Amino acid sequence: MSLYRTELRRLVKRRFTRYMTLLGLLVLALVVAGLFATNEKVGPEQWAAAERQADRQHQEQVRWAERERAGCERDRAAGVTDDGRYPTDCAEIVPPPRDQIEAEWFLPATFDFRQGFEDLALAFTAVLALVAFVVGASFVGAEWSTGGMMNLLLWRPRRVTVLLTKLAALLTGLIAVTVSAGALWTAGLWLTAVLRGSTERMTPGVWESFALTGLRGLALVLAVAVVGFGLASLGRHTAMALGGAIALAVVGQFGVGILFSMANVAFVERWLMPTYALAWMQQKVTLQEWRSCVSDFSGQCQPATYDVTWGQSAVLFGAGVVLVLGAAIWAMRRRDIS
Amino acid sequence: MTAVLEIAGLRKTYRSRRRGTRNALDGFDMRVEAGQVHGFLGPNGSGKTTTLRTLLGLIRSDGGRMAILGHEVPAALPTVARQVGAIVESPQFFPHFTARDTLSLLASAGEVPRQRVDEVLELVGLRDRAGERVKTYSLGMKQRLAVASALLKNPKLLILDEPANGLDPGGIREMRTLTRTLAESGMTVLLSSHILGEIQLICDSVTIISLGRRVAFGPVGQVLAQHASSAVRVRLEAVTDLPAAADALTRAGLQVTPYPDHLMLADVDKPAVVSRLLAEHGLYVSELAPVAVDLESVFLELTATAPVPGQHRQVDESARVGGAARPETTGGGWGA
Repeated sequence: MSLYRTELRRLVKRRFTRYMTLLGLLVLALVVAGLFATNEKVGPEQWAAAERQADRQHQEQVRWAERERAGCERDRAAGVTDDGRYPTDCAEIVPPPRDQIEAEWFLPATFDFRQGFEDLALAFTAVLALVAFVVGASFVGAEWSTGGMMNLLLWRPRRVTVLLTKLAALLTGLIAVTVSAGALWTAGLWLTAVLRGSTERMTPGVWESFALTGLRGLALVLAVAVVGFGLASLGRHTAMALGGAIALAVVGQFGVGILFSMANVAFVERWLMPTYALAWMQQKVTLQEWRSCVSDFSGQCQPATYDVTWGQSAVLFGAGVVLVLGAAIWAMRRRDIS
Repeated sequence: MTAVLEIAGLRKTYRSRRRGTRNALDGFDMRVEAGQVHGFLGPNGSGKTTTLRTLLGLIRSDGGRMAILGHEVPAALPTVARQVGAIVESPQFFPHFTARDTLSLLASAGEVPRQRVDEVLELVGLRDRAGERVKTYSLGMKQRLAVASALLKNPKLLILDEPANGLDPGGIREMRTLTRTLAESGMTVLLSSHILGEIQLICDSVTIISLGRRVAFGPVGQVLAQHASSAVRVRLEAVTDLPAAADALTRAGLQVTPYPDHLMLADVDKPAVVSRLLAEHGLYVSELAPVAVDLESVFLELTATAPVPGQHRQVDESARVGGAARPETTGGGWGA
């Protein structure tokens, strides 16, 4: 227990942990502030302004059509060849009907809490997962590269216990940060919706769904942290984890994406990691293959589809976590420390 | 006397596809008695640090037996670790923490009372700089911090690998005094160092390692006596008489090595014989001095690492136990 408390203290004392966490929270705060600044509540006044704007645009279209029709008739009367600029019958140049120009188009952006929360939960998770990865990697990587791990093992010569206690401290810290930040984030979005949007249609079922999304986000943040921690421990340097992440992004994502596209592999996104992260957060991602035809009852071609579910994502991420952490524990037990 | 540390037949082999096999430890033995300051000497690459790392559970051995305070290690390390303070090789600490933070975290991990941090900071002379980040420390200050971290547990066995590295002359003397004080208080100190004068001054006993094997061990005086030569340096009143003196002594059956201003005689049991013999030839001695042996000369002789003019000795070139000459014939090193 003393080791766990010590590691928790060490985690909080580290400048890198503090700065990265602050940076992540700052990004999240900026997103909320940006939403607040760019959205506003929509009421009768905004609808009236939007109607006026739609009217103005319709009037412009009417004037433009009249101008063009006059030009067309002038050219026809003068016998000027217009190279297909105007139709054969100048009477065909008419403005759009007023009802084609919708007032809704001219409404200011307004934040709908129910509609926007889950999309923004993805951004929240992505930012905190990035923080978790680098903090997790650095927490153990810096210990290895500065000799801190060796010093610690001279005091507590149980290698696996030390490694897992460090991991437990890291995950505790991340849970605390993610849950607190999640609460503040939700409060910030709710406040934005109340003052600059709408909180309509929020039923207990919707709240439950949001809570589950938040839990899945937390799990993803922790999984990414374990992978960063495990890779840095395997390579005994923070750079190992960062290099691994870059290699995965460059080779595993861009490389595979380009190669499979060139090879006309169906559902290329099926092989890319972000698809599974998205499926994990949104429960399901439906991929479409446009180079195929699935006929509907009216005889029209529809693209073939492939569903990536959160269950598949759970298996993939779970396997990744077990593989990396298992390798890190094995290396910790077996490899000499020099 | 009780043995605080016992090592018998310790082996560690490094294997590399590219560089072959190297026996870093080749049946190494060591015994350190309680309450002693024990010097651990060896040339670079001889296996000193490998021994210490293996003893402390950082490296897995390939054979042999080790015991600390009567407990077999590495199996019992979790039990005895609380009683062993150690610094291994150069001091390494997280650079952005202060010395106090560093020690405080270690104390907390080892369940050592917090006030012990201040005690050891005072002891190693870092009290007034304890609030500064370690990255601002000089090598000597880091070395002091490393010693402080090893002392934090108030251990029964203190293992110090090159503790004087980077210390100024005053610091070296302080370290010497500290080591002796700790030994007098009942702590056993295992001291690895290349400063042989220091070892000779403060150690009760020594172990000398070469190419992974013990080449000498025992009380310092005993090791010196075993390798003391009966060489005698002779100077005459007139340097021009040296050739005649060399001739007379050689004819009397003595081994003579002439130098420009003196002669060196080997295996002289009774120096008075030399004086009398030369006087009979009308040659008068101005100096007749037995050549004292020191730990450095014993070390260089035992490990065969004395510099030879015109040769550049490589790190693995030292003596194997049994007294064989150079490693070209005894093997060792990568590919051996």
